[in-house]
Amino acid sequence: MSTLILLLITGVGLGALYFLVASGLSLIYGLMGVLNFAHGAFLTLGAFVSWEMSRRIGEGTWLTFIITLVIGAAVGGVFAALTEFALIRPLYNRHIEQVLVTVGLSLAAVAIFEGVWGTDPQYTKGPEWFTRTTDVLGAQVPNDRFVTIIVAALVLLGVVLFLKKTRYGMIIRAGVENRSMVTALGIDVRKAFTLVFTIGGAAAGIGGVLASHYFGYVSPALGGSLLIFAFIVTVIGGLGSLAGAAIASVVVGVLQQITNFYWGVGDFVVIVLLAVVLLTKPTGLMGKTA
Amino acid sequence: MSPDNIEPILRVQGLRAAIDGSQVVDGVDFDVPATGITALLGRNGVGKTSTIKSIIGLITRTGGTIELAGERIEKVPTHKIIQRGVGYVPEDREVFSALSVAENLKLAERDEHPNRQLVDELFPDLVKRAHQAAGSLSGGQQQMVSLARALLNNNKLLLVDEPTKGLAPKIVQEVAQALAIAAQSVPILLVEQNLAVVRQLAAGAIILSGGKVVHRTESAADFLNDEALTQRFLGVQSEGAVEQSAETTSGGML
Amino acid sequence: MSPEPTNTLPSEESTGERNNTSAVNTVDKVARRVRVQPARSAQGPRSKVGAWGLGLAGLLLMAALPLLNISIPGILPTPTYQPGSLQLLAMCMLMAAAALSYHLLIGVAGLLSFGHALYFGAGSYGLAIILNNFGLPLLPAMGLTLVVALALSAVTGMVALRVTGIPFAMVTLAFAQAGSVLVRRNPGGATGGEEGVSPDAAGIPDFLIGVANTRNLYWLSLLTLLIVIVVVTWVQSSRAGHVAAAVRENELRVRVLGLQPYWAKLLIFVVAGVLAAAVGMVFVLLQSGTVPRQVSADFTITLLVMVVLGGVGSKWGAVIGGVLYTLLDQRLSAFANSIAVESLPAILHVPLSEPLFILGALFVLVVLFMPGGLTGAVRRLRERLSANSAAKRN
Repeated sequence: MSTLILLLITGVGLGALYFLVASGLSLIYGLMGVLNFAHGAFLTLGAFVSWEMSRRIGEGTWLTFIITLVIGAAVGGVFAALTEFALIRPLYNRHIEQVLVTVGLSLAAVAIFEGVWGTDPQYTKGPEWFTRTTDVLGAQVPNDRFVTIIVAALVLLGVVLFLKKTRYGMIIRAGVENRSMVTALGIDVRKAFTLVFTIGGAAAGIGGVLASHYFGYVSPALGGSLLIFAFIVTVIGGLGSLAGAAIASVVVGVLQQITNFYWGVGDFVVIVLLAVVLLTKPTGLMGKTA
Repeated sequence: MSPDNIEPILRVQGLRAAIDGSQVVDGVDFDVPATGITALLGRNGVGKTSTIKSIIGLITRTGGTIELAGERIEKVPTHKIIQRGVGYVPEDREVFSALSVAENLKLAERDEHPNRQLVDELFPDLVKRAHQAAGSLSGGQQQMVSLARALLNNNKLLLVDEPTKGLAPKIVQEVAQALAIAAQSVPILLVEQNLAVVRQLAAGAIILSGGKVVHRTESAADFLNDEALTQRFLGVQSEGAVEQSAETTSGGML
Repeated sequence: MSPEPTNTLPSEESTGERNNTSAVNTVDKVARRVRVQPARSAQGPRSKVGAWGLGLAGLLLMAALPLLNISIPGILPTPTYQPGSLQLLAMCMLMAAAALSYHLLIGVAGLLSFGHALYFGAGSYGLAIILNNFGLPLLPAMGLTLVVALALSAVTGMVALRVTGIPFAMVTLAFAQAGSVLVRRNPGGATGGEEGVSPDAAGIPDFLIGVANTRNLYWLSLLTLLIVIVVVTWVQSSRAGHVAAAVRENELRVRVLGLQPYWAKLLIFVVAGVLAAAVGMVFVLLQSGTVPRQVSADFTITLLVMVVLGGVGSKWGAVIGGVLYTLLDQRLSAFANSIAVESLPAILHVPLSEPLFILGALFVLVVLFMPGGLTGAVRRLRERLSANSAAKRN
């Protein structure tokens, strides 16, 4: 029983990481029709810059950790905004070229990361509390999992509030449904594009910082390995649906943890789930039926 | 077509537009007078909706000039054209189903002081359902939202595409009334298949066929009373036998 | 008075999509932008003979390279008769062949697959495993591998092709990921996990083993490339190829004509998969081994980059892209370690010493500024030159 609790919580923790990456992917695809392969690079850069910063101001304190979260968000957001402005915007409405350009960017970015930081993993150090565990119904849960879940939940809350309460949030919600009609109301959707990329990038950056503590290290390959699962989560949840991404993240994370622990086939199961969803409801659990 | 002393609000010359390589608008010329309702008529698939869409740039134009209130707009992006004072009511309504009625309207507000009072008076039902998700509304109510969006702002021109499509007769009347009231303050270019409504509302009419203008009239009523003309251009016999088209699919999605 | 005629005709067909981001349609709609270069569009018989002659001469030259002593410093590490260059050139040709098989999928059939590496891996891993565990001689082992690859691409294709566009891309990605994971797990010790696997030399004829015999592997690679070119050309001009290309342009129209797009697409998918496997088999012989990366999404993306660099939709684009990419990838490290670059300040030195950075950046530039890739640019240049000379003549 306690094992199950542990698996459940760590599964949700893993799902939280996936969500931080998938939320951006989902919104970007829903609004802009762009499948952003460079999303992992936003995550990795956020993780690396934060790690560098934390080394300089003193690892292992709560203050440093919080600062790294802010830096991760900022770095991810800025990188994403620049990408949208310089690479995506010039290719307006040419969706395949936009996807290709993000592929090229991810290749180049990972190469630079390897050049600057090397290919070996660099170990991270968070507040000492992270290394301890808390007893939950008999299960010894590593504390950093809680932080991951809470931060991801806060990000989800923040994004939902933004979408529901601000004008740009309304524009994005409408645009995900019907972009041309938003334009036909006299609204310039391109600003919403940059905004969505920035938000997605910031969430990915935060995800990078949290991942570096979750896995214990940063490396140039960090973003890429998470990205594949984030894609899977996004598609299962329904491209363009934030709620779908959230639900799918938890389902996938928990499923992966449980099946990995007992039978070692976690990765497979997730992939089979993707195939099943795609063949029965290609638009995803909460996607619009086209 | 317009009275000599008032400029037409919209002047279209040689308009061409293509979708996926096929030329759907193939050299269209007409003027829309600065007052009243002008009907855009024609059989299925002749390019009425495409003409409207290409005027505001939702479809790629391949040629021609368009003047809105005397200013050329071919190179102006869609959202800027709308900002200059165009209200667009699309075929199939296209309300945002995930947003509430109030949000749908708020999104459409462009001016500092939108015509809230007018809209609330015309569509009391929408006031009641302000917080209801637009996707859960009936077809008629969605059409009200779509119309309200266009009436909220002070526009120079309204482009209205088949507002009565698929609606019950009572709602059709409500829509027609709303349009008639709106036309008191803003000119309307109205695409309509329901000829009774056209007869009721329209002053002038422009008839399309094969992506081109084939007939113009300053009196829609006279045109519709002329059996020979309506048969020739609309394929409709006035004895009540309606010509069925081979295509019965509705172009948009429900 | 006659009753008012009311027209109850259904509305005019609105053909524009109201939202460009409808998931299922996006990639389809945009894949149509890829236009297959008309094979020999406006060429008369004389230039066709000329093209054939040129091709034959090129083939003979390539075949003769191991016997010649040509040096291209900077590009080739050694003179052409030595194994260093032969290994590099063989790899270039194999990658060109792999890129060609991908071109069949994406350029001809418009199927954006992220899992093509799976079939390449089926060839390389398959051959190695069969040689190591079943003691078959080379040719039967190759035959068996191809059969396995055929079955694999047929089964995965049948499942994946039930969807299109982005879902299709994701399913193929998922399958390749599954293969990659499987291979890394090293079931039964057969795949060697992260280290990869090498084929046991016992089953391979002597003339294909050893550095001294690199030239034989070179010729084998050349033969492979040739076969792939022939097969791709044949499929492209076959009925299935035409149907698939038409589907790429407008699937609805094809269905209305009563043709079955599914089978044409499946056929192309399977052919592309088998070709990739064939290349993979020769690859494992050339490299004396294979690693999990060859089954990964990374490798498929590599193929994608090759095809786009060369120009999507063009056979020769895929070949050129494959050769160029491989040359850059292999030789850039040498370039980066050269004194000239080492002495540059770090901010230039670091990116330039990463071949993937240069390739990625080049790829981005090509997509932004050179749609149609290298072959597109060459074509436009040729058009402009002939327009200039025509203008001069007038």
